Amino acid sequence: MKNRGNLTKPLALAVLLLFLILLPLFVRGYWLDVLILLTINVILVVSFRLVTTMGGWNFAHIAMMGVGAYTSALLTTKYLDWPFWLTLPLGGLVAAFVALAISYPCLRTKGFYFFLSTFAAGEAMRQVWIRFQFFGGKYGICPIIHPNPILGIEFVRAVPNYYLALVITLLSVFIFYRLDKSRIGDTVKAINSDEELCEAMGINTWGYKALVFVVASFFAGIAGVLLVHYNGLINAEAFSVAYCYKIITATIIGGAATFVGPIIGLVVMTGVTEIFRDLLEWVPLIYGVFIIGVLLFLPDGLVTLPRRMSPLIKKIQMIGKGIAR
Amino acid sequence: MKILELVGLSKEFGELVAVNDIDLVIEEGEIRGLIGPNGSGKTTLFNLISGFIRPTKGKVIWQGHDITGKSPHTITKKGLARTFQLTTLLKERTALQNVVMACHLHTEMGLFEQFLRRGGAPEKEKKVERKAMAILEAMGIAHVQGEIAGELPHGYQRALGIAIALASDPKLLLLDEPVTGMNPVETRDMMERIKKLRDSGVTILLVEHDMKAVMGTCEKITAMNFGKKIGEGLPEEISKNKDVIEAYLGA
Repeated sequence: MKNRGNLTKPLALAVLLLFLILLPLFVRGYWLDVLILLTINVILVVSFRLVTTMGGWNFAHIAMMGVGAYTSALLTTKYLDWPFWLTLPLGGLVAAFVALAISYPCLRTKGFYFFLSTFAAGEAMRQVWIRFQFFGGKYGICPIIHPNPILGIEFVRAVPNYYLALVITLLSVFIFYRLDKSRIGDTVKAINSDEELCEAMGINTWGYKALVFVVASFFAGIAGVLLVHYNGLINAEAFSVAYCYKIITATIIGGAATFVGPIIGLVVMTGVTEIFRDLLEWVPLIYGVFIIGVLLFLPDGLVTLPRRMSPLIKKIQMIGKGIAR
Repeated sequence: MKILELVGLSKEFGELVAVNDIDLVIEEGEIRGLIGPNGSGKTTLFNLISGFIRPTKGKVIWQGHDITGKSPHTITKKGLARTFQLTTLLKERTALQNVVMACHLHTEMGLFEQFLRRGGAPEKEKKVERKAMAILEAMGIAHVQGEIAGELPHGYQRALGIAIALASDPKLLLLDEPVTGMNPVETRDMMERIKKLRDSGVTILLVEHDMKAVMGTCEKITAMNFGKKIGEGLPEEISKNKDVIEAYLGA
């Protein structure tokens, strides 16, 4: 933006990283729980955002989370006792395969119809988990083991789970950031801009769209595994439409055009929900008003706030200079 | 050598026969013109050849291989590129960025290298940029490389459309109305460039309504009406062809 020395960005990131590492010293109990869930949701939001860059509003994203979660729950607890550290990547892989399978019908569709077809696919999966006892049916599976001890660290208490989630989230954010800035990310955005033209350029548009969809779903699956092993239970209700709305809202509110927007949107929305938690009945109203407010005044998302404030800040600076003289 | 051959190519949209049993042979090194009134099936023919539409009947044979029904990106990869009738560009990007993206097939980067980019394959990125600049120069728009494509004047946008098609190193270029909306000076300039492209080894098949441009540039002309071929031959022959004159009454 304005005056940036070469060290500013890495320094800011280092400070942020330190802050995130030291957080459990100040945050305990209920708020630590909120923090862990927030951290896991960051994975969901950055992977979701990638799919939006190709123009897809993927309503099956949370279902993919469920696929990963159920894979791990079934393998570690219900039928076998495989270790968490194996089922974590496995959950991601199974979600990726399921995504590949539904990409055949879903990627044919665009815009609103993509939204509908992914919604249908997601709901179908959810119903399967509810109806069939194989998945634990209505009541799900409980309890689910916590991650197996590794290197002498146990994962029964919250703090180690926070660090586990943090490491995986930082890795995910890094991967999606690099993906976004790479030629692949560029190509995906070009496909969103004009798919026919990209085909004419020799770009395998289906291939790129499927790649993005599958990679995003892989990470959603990983997030799902983390969630259920932290909570210690799995239930199809958890992977609801409401959860999907939460991710979509965070993305829109924060601003889908930038990489960091959705993360900011998520943090702010989580903050809003938690701050007003005591007001119970008022929460949906406050939530709704907040969303409408942002959409009205900052339609491109919260991330445009500095840019919008810029003329105002300049005015204040001018006044300040005037007073100083 | 036959570079493109259409055998009995037809396309029906329900009751409407847009392209009716077309046989066509293009020799390597030709500049072929395709003329016909609006609605005669020329753009549909282009879409059939380039894979954007599947034919109802018939075959498209490219350098001896059957490419009927293959996807557009596969066909471009084989060396057959096209432009669009309506200016199709990545409007929010600069002219240079458009051509850089169009060089997709020739970045020499595997998927993983594409993931790395900055810091991963800077040499290859630079090579792509140089190639893109060379193409822009060949089309006379190198001086606007940093301008946003959507804001370029019409003539430059058309030139950019051709530059994008050239980026895939085609052996045959399908040009859909390259000089539409251009003034006589721009038209002459563009037709000269097209001739130069042919001289550098690109076979050309172009659709155009500007008769002066077509007659002055193309060595052979195929005329269509109502989806059928109504004439084929040298410009002088076509200009005297009764059916063609009738179809074009007042062109």
